[in-house]
Amino acid sequence: MKATDIRDPSYFHKVVDCQWACPAHTPVPDYIRLIAEERYTEAYMVNWESNVFPGILGRTCDRPCEPACRRVRTEEKPVAICRLKRVAADHKGDITPYMPALPTRKNGKRIALLGAGPASLAVARDLLPLGYEVDLFDRDPAGGGMMRSQIPAFRLPADVLEEEVDLILNMGVNAHFNYEITSMKDMLDMNYDAYFVGTGAPRGRDLDLPGRQEVDAHISIGIDWLGSVAFGHTHSISGKVIVMGGGNTAMDCCRTSKRLGAESVTVVVRSAFEVMKASDWEKEEALDERIPIVNNRPPKEFVHENGKLKGVVFGCVKAVQDEASGRLRYEPTGEPDVYMECDHILMAIGQENHCPWIERDIGLEFDKWDCPILDETTFQSTHPKVFFGGDSAFGPENIIWASAHAHQAAISIHLFCQGKDLKGDRPPEGLNLISQKMGVHEWSYDAEHDPAQRFIVPHADKSKALGNIKVEVELGFDRALGAREAQRCLNCDVQTVFVEPLCIECDACVDICPMDCITFASNGNEDDLRARLTAPAENAEQDLYVSEELPTGRVMVKDEDVCLHCGLCAERCPTNAWDMQKSAIHIPQLGTYAA
Amino acid sequence: MTFVAKPRVHHPQLPLNDLGLNRRDYEGAVSTLCAGCGHDSVSAAIVQACAELSLPPHRFAKVSGIGCSSKTPSYFLNASHGFNAVHGRMPSVATGANLANRELHCIGVSGDGDSASIGIGQFAHIVRRRINMLYIVDNNGTYGLTKGQFSATNDKGSTSKKGAPNLYEPIDLVSMALQIGASFVARSFSGDKQQLVPLLKGALLHRGFAFIDVISPCVAFNNHNGSTKSYDYVRGRGASVVTADFLPKDFIATAAETVVDYAPGTTETVALPDGSRLRLSKLDESYDPHDRAHALAHVLEAQQRGEVVTGLLYVDPDASDCHEILDTVETPLNALGEAELCPGQGALDRINAGLR
Ligand SMILES: Cc1cc2nc3c(=O)[nH]c(=O)nc-3n(C[C@H](O)[C@H](O)[C@H](O)COP(=O)(O)OP(=O)(O)OC[C@H]3O[C@@H](n4cnc5c(N)ncnc54)[C@H](O)[C@@H]3O)c2cc1C
Ligand SMILES: Cc1ncc(C[n+]2csc(CCOP(=O)(O)OP(=O)(O)O)c2C)c(N)n1
Ligand code: SF4
Ligand code: SF4
Ligand code: SF4
Ligand SMILES: [Mg+2]
Repeated sequence: MKATDIRDPSYFHKVVDCQWACPAHTPVPDYIRLIAEERYTEAYMVNWESNVFPGILGRTCDRPCEPACRRVRTEEKPVAICRLKRVAADHKGDITPYMPALPTRKNGKRIALLGAGPASLAVARDLLPLGYEVDLFDRDPAGGGMMRSQIPAFRLPADVLEEEVDLILNMGVNAHFNYEITSMKDMLDMNYDAYFVGTGAPRGRDLDLPGRQEVDAHISIGIDWLGSVAFGHTHSISGKVIVMGGGNTAMDCCRTSKRLGAESVTVVVRSAFEVMKASDWEKEEALDERIPIVNNRPPKEFVHENGKLKGVVFGCVKAVQDEASGRLRYEPTGEPDVYMECDHILMAIGQENHCPWIERDIGLEFDKWDCPILDETTFQSTHPKVFFGGDSAFGPENIIWASAHAHQAAISIHLFCQGKDLKGDRPPEGLNLISQKMGVHEWSYDAEHDPAQRFIVPHADKSKALGNIKVEVELGFDRALGAREAQRCLNCDVQTVFVEPLCIECDACVDICPMDCITFASNGNEDDLRARLTAPAENAEQDLYVSEELPTGRVMVKDEDVCLHCGLCAERCPTNAWDMQKSAIHIPQLGTYAA
Repeated sequence: MTFVAKPRVHHPQLPLNDLGLNRRDYEGAVSTLCAGCGHDSVSAAIVQACAELSLPPHRFAKVSGIGCSSKTPSYFLNASHGFNAVHGRMPSVATGANLANRELHCIGVSGDGDSASIGIGQFAHIVRRRINMLYIVDNNGTYGLTKGQFSATNDKGSTSKKGAPNLYEPIDLVSMALQIGASFVARSFSGDKQQLVPLLKGALLHRGFAFIDVISPCVAFNNHNGSTKSYDYVRGRGASVVTADFLPKDFIATAAETVVDYAPGTTETVALPDGSRLRLSKLDESYDPHDRAHALAHVLEAQQRGEVVTGLLYVDPDASDCHEILDTVETPLNALGEAELCPGQGALDRINAGLR
């Protein structure tokens, strides 16, 4: 193998598994260390800069970082990264001194943001410190998009949402609420310098089965129903409720129904439990609230009598693995159909993009799934002035993706307004490495490995929580538990850096490494090397760190897979050929690279 | 010294041996030696050899004298018995331990100072007596623990860290061991586990006195340019005469193994008491690892050329050990009852009568 180029920012970035997996590339270990030091305000700001909604995300994030966490590979349960974000938000002090300065003189450019969800809000936050004039339009009476209209208050309390939404609105956004956008042409006629479309994926899917028209009054589309609950138009639901669908919307619908007075609530899913789209923890919460989830039951017919819904007929299928593709296929089991009584159905079987108000003759092209055709780096549409982000860009995702898109779109809008090239002039990623050595055996980070198991987040008393939709279910870690959980982080951003000319090939690092990461061996191609290491390196997703050739003709090969970042290799190296250096990965964002 | 404790977690795919243990179960405390000391690699090699042989990690007697090398039994086989004797007196303690309990595997670790200076008398006699043990000398040519004086194995002309030359001829413990009756004699290098681990395995299973001289650089006091015991010097001059490959009991040659292209007459296997074998491959066809005089001559000639001969130099799998020579009782003394240990006045009278 060729020697690893550790100056390529993506090499060490990948080693920080959580940061690499995070769409916004939040420097996770940075803020976890700040929490361990009880510096909650700074921990909050590290988050705010990168993901914009720490308090909201600390409760609701889809957390792609957690399955990626190295701790999953070293001892099964990831660091509770998401809940630690909430610790920072819950315990922070006054953040005003840390807020970006807002120029009193505007730069003369006007930007229109369509929709007031997380994507548009994050674009506003990035643009305002550079002097842009920002106009925001949304048909809802308040900002936040689906964070407000969809995520129920028992998962995201209103005050947490409002604090972070208002923080941005108060930076000087000209907000136009209760403003239904009906024509993109009209918007373009208003002659803004650039447009950002953040209108989400607002249409819930429906099912056209026998009886659908007749029972219309007893069926609600899940996201519309959650929206009407959120805005106070719906206060109750009665009788037996069936929620159809297996995603997070289904989980929010069933848990909301339970709180609004349903006699019974059942979730019915066409596919198997394991492959349901809902996150594991959402499923767990629903089951914990004793809501039955019935799987492998595709609906066949709505049964009604005189226009009144009586129940639903479901078929019975089983999942079989397709031998050729390995995918799951569903086959009828041969059992008779099942009939389930119900009075109300909440349909939560997916969402789609839907912008009927964007005329199709204005040079803005859509693909066959009704998604706009975009450049994946710049988020620019085929109409040069119009940029997209969030759910409206590539279909429904989540809040953290909305923030990530927003940062890129904001950079593009800025470059566009300066007349620069959206790709050629894009700021590059960067890397800083700083040695953590303080003395012969002193490191400026807590190198010691903490074997503690993941700590469990305390929950509100169930009887209270189920009786009131506004009672938050999860209570979050207090400072003490937060500090202990923070200690589980392995500091993956404190990198093992190898300097060939110093190595005397004494093997001390090989002998001490608790995880058998290091090998000195003759070079070979990657597959060959992976098989010949001290411990076989079977996880091909994790890189091998390969040195230049050493005096004995061998190379140093380090498998990054299960390194604990414990620093023992550097402690035991007589020549400092290994050093523990903190990597700071610079992910370009407006403001940090203000032009 | 290292202050970060070595975490107990280990690689998820770390293999289990026949006893259901992994290599980490054979470790000891974290070393307090200088970072980069060759002795730590020797300890790691012992850990690896014992784990791969599936030897029970609590059935060892670890003995040593004084010196950095003699500290190392603390750093392997934590679950075993150990005795840290006074300087140069490990052989006495090893003799006692092995005679008292022949069921324990006995490992002695000593240094060149401990064995070739103050303890040379004891060393000579434990070799003669063929105590059933593995005797390792971590040979760094210096008194590491007392900060770098020349030891008796230091080569004439080699210099101290400050440049002063050594004026005296070296003692070669390998030659001594060959001369006075060791039945397994090898030399190796701490920086070459591929060579060292199979040698340790063979020596651990060998019945009789097995001696391995391991050149093990002292990074703090004897790893400079004028040294003949530095990493660079040994790497440049080491020449292995006979490489040993350890073949476990259930070893069946795989296709890849049988294809290995050894020149005719250069490989042979030696049976070990537990049914496993050592496969020896000779670099020089004329070398005979069963001929003491030949081995001794080869070592001396190479020494004169400034070469460091390594590998398995001599082995006699059928040689007698101390228990055979002395016709000792099969059962460890701690398992004998009072009646057998103190047979009483009648027995004594009979012995006395036989001497009249
Ligand atoms: C039930 C449910 C639960 C969810 N839970 C989570 C969760 O726990 N965690 C998570 O990360 N994500 C969750 N999501 C997804 C998340 O809410 C979205 O991915 C995210 O809000 C998308 O942000 P956005 O800015 O792209 O659009 P949105 O948040 O959808 O905002 C779009 C805004 O545009 C406005 N708009 C649309 N069309 C027009 C128009 N024609 N005129 C005027 N205004 C218009 C809308 O009123 C809305 O305010 C959930 C989604 C649903 C449906
Ligand atoms: C009776 C006695 N004499 C002298 C000493 C001082 N002393 C301690 S260690 C040592 C030499 C150790 O050298 P070696 O066996 O080569 O071990 P190394 O530290 O080099 O591994 C000496 C002379 C002592 N401890 N006891
Ligand atoms: S251990 Fe810490 S730094 Fe490493 S992946 Fe997990 S959270 Fe991130
Ligand atoms: S930091 Fe060094 S010693 Fe610790 S696990 Fe990683 S490679 Fe091994
Ligand atoms: S401990 Fe240092 S000098 Fe020794 S092999 Fe490892 S990197 Fe090289
Ligand atoms: Mg010594």
